[in-house]
Amino acid sequence: MEAQFLIAGFGGQGVLLIGQLLAKAAMHDGMNVSWMPSYGPEMRGGEANCAVVISDEPIGSPLVTEIPIAVIMNKPSMLKFTPAMEPGGLMLYNSSLIDITPDRDDITAVPVDCNGIAEELGNSRTANMVMLGAIIERTGVISIDSAMEALKATFGPKKEHLLPVNRKAMEAGAAAVRKA
Amino acid sequence: MGQKMLMKGNEAIAEAAIQAGCRFFFGYPITPQNQIPEYMSKRLPKVEGGCFLQAESEVSAINMVYGAAGAGARVMTSSSSPGISLKQEGISYIVGAELPCVIVNMVRGGPGLGSIQPAQSDYYQATRGGGHGDYRMIVLAPSSVQEAVELTQNAFDLADKYRNPVLVLGDGLIGQMMEPVEMPEYKKPELPEKTWAATGWKPGCGRDRAIINSLYIDPSVLEKHVNHLYEKYAAMEQAECRWQEEMTEDAEYVMVAYGTTARIARSAMRKLREQGIKAGLIRPITLWPFPAEPIAKAAKHAKAFLTVEMSMGQMIDDVKLAVNGEKPVHFFGRTGGIVPTVREIITEVEKLAKEGC
Repeated sequence: MEAQFLIAGFGGQGVLLIGQLLAKAAMHDGMNVSWMPSYGPEMRGGEANCAVVISDEPIGSPLVTEIPIAVIMNKPSMLKFTPAMEPGGLMLYNSSLIDITPDRDDITAVPVDCNGIAEELGNSRTANMVMLGAIIERTGVISIDSAMEALKATFGPKKEHLLPVNRKAMEAGAAAVRKA
Repeated sequence: MGQKMLMKGNEAIAEAAIQAGCRFFFGYPITPQNQIPEYMSKRLPKVEGGCFLQAESEVSAINMVYGAAGAGARVMTSSSSPGISLKQEGISYIVGAELPCVIVNMVRGGPGLGSIQPAQSDYYQATRGGGHGDYRMIVLAPSSVQEAVELTQNAFDLADKYRNPVLVLGDGLIGQMMEPVEMPEYKKPELPEKTWAATGWKPGCGRDRAIINSLYIDPSVLEKHVNHLYEKYAAMEQAECRWQEEMTEDAEYVMVAYGTTARIARSAMRKLREQGIKAGLIRPITLWPFPAEPIAKAAKHAKAFLTVEMSMGQMIDDVKLAVNGEKPVHFFGRTGGIVPTVREIITEVEKLAKEGC
């Protein structure tokens, strides 16, 4: 089993955190993982992305160049990464901020109203957790429970009170993309 | 072994160094190694006897390393390609004065300021001595974050053992990537006491003055000194050469790659085997001393070699020396900050298999 993700958006949307939680949760599930950020002259509001590889074998390249699973949080990222999708790939995209659909008919594109759902739940900052819930639902690569464990470890005791709202966001994201 | 943590290569190296007793860090910022000084700046002041200092330049930082090493401390600096170039004068002095220290180079694309993306184009500089004079350094090339931790700790021991700097050669990918790490419990091996350290001489303190020096005006004295250094290098070649071999026993096409490139070549090797092409991999862990022995051995039965690097071809020289003309040695590389893909490497080996050489 090997799952490769490319997660992209603008800085501040929590795209690097989505990747880290995926990697951490899978690591605790006993998988080999790697997380590789784009790095360089990055800034808040600029583009940010990370590649996550989860595998039961040792990981070769931590870079994802032909993307099997793309998680797209803003429009510039959709335009940038759609051509790099693997045929038959899966793209989950944040339809709250993206008013177009990917220009490919050989991939599965799943809209997720991340910001809309997060605002409905009363905390717009959990839009990335809505997306993480959707990823979990559609790929099954980790569970919401293991993602919550990873989030708990990331937050530490000071932010523990924020865990329930994040769980709600993940569950709502999962429900939004659940197949009938 | 402790708990499994997800850590960036740069942070893991910094923590591993502290665990191994590194108490002094002097550096100057440059991408893609900035998390090393950042981590050190947070952690070292909280460790007893710890000192982090951001110098005004790389030249200054390496000379602070020279000073701390002369006083017998475990000391480290880190930088990336252009910054390491600036440190070369100091490194040569430290070698000349026979002092131990650890230097980390998270290589980026060059020449010049180049790019900030991963590269392996500092191989010549690392293995041939970037500074002036007759000298060598042990060069350790980690291929994962876990290995970076282990090699960083080894680097301090090897530096102390031989009284010589040790270079940890990573690249932007090893530095920036997060992988699971188990921080091993550091056990210091039996090492000679640092009786040579300049720790403050007083009349009647029971030892000679410690003199830290790399200047030998009399050529006959300097020649003797350099001969002594080369005895140490011979001992390193004898005892410290490390490599990893995978599926070389029956391999017809042997890839040679280190660091980041080796892990990508390993994925390519697996896929090639599935296709029925007998590929193997030799991964040098020490770039100096270079593991010529397994390569010479593989040359007996292999049809050809493929050296894969993130450069225009530098380690290939050492591979050719090891193969010694017995078999063709081919090259595939990407440079400037481009990381080769598994598919590209597979295509290269398939080409060789088709041509039968």
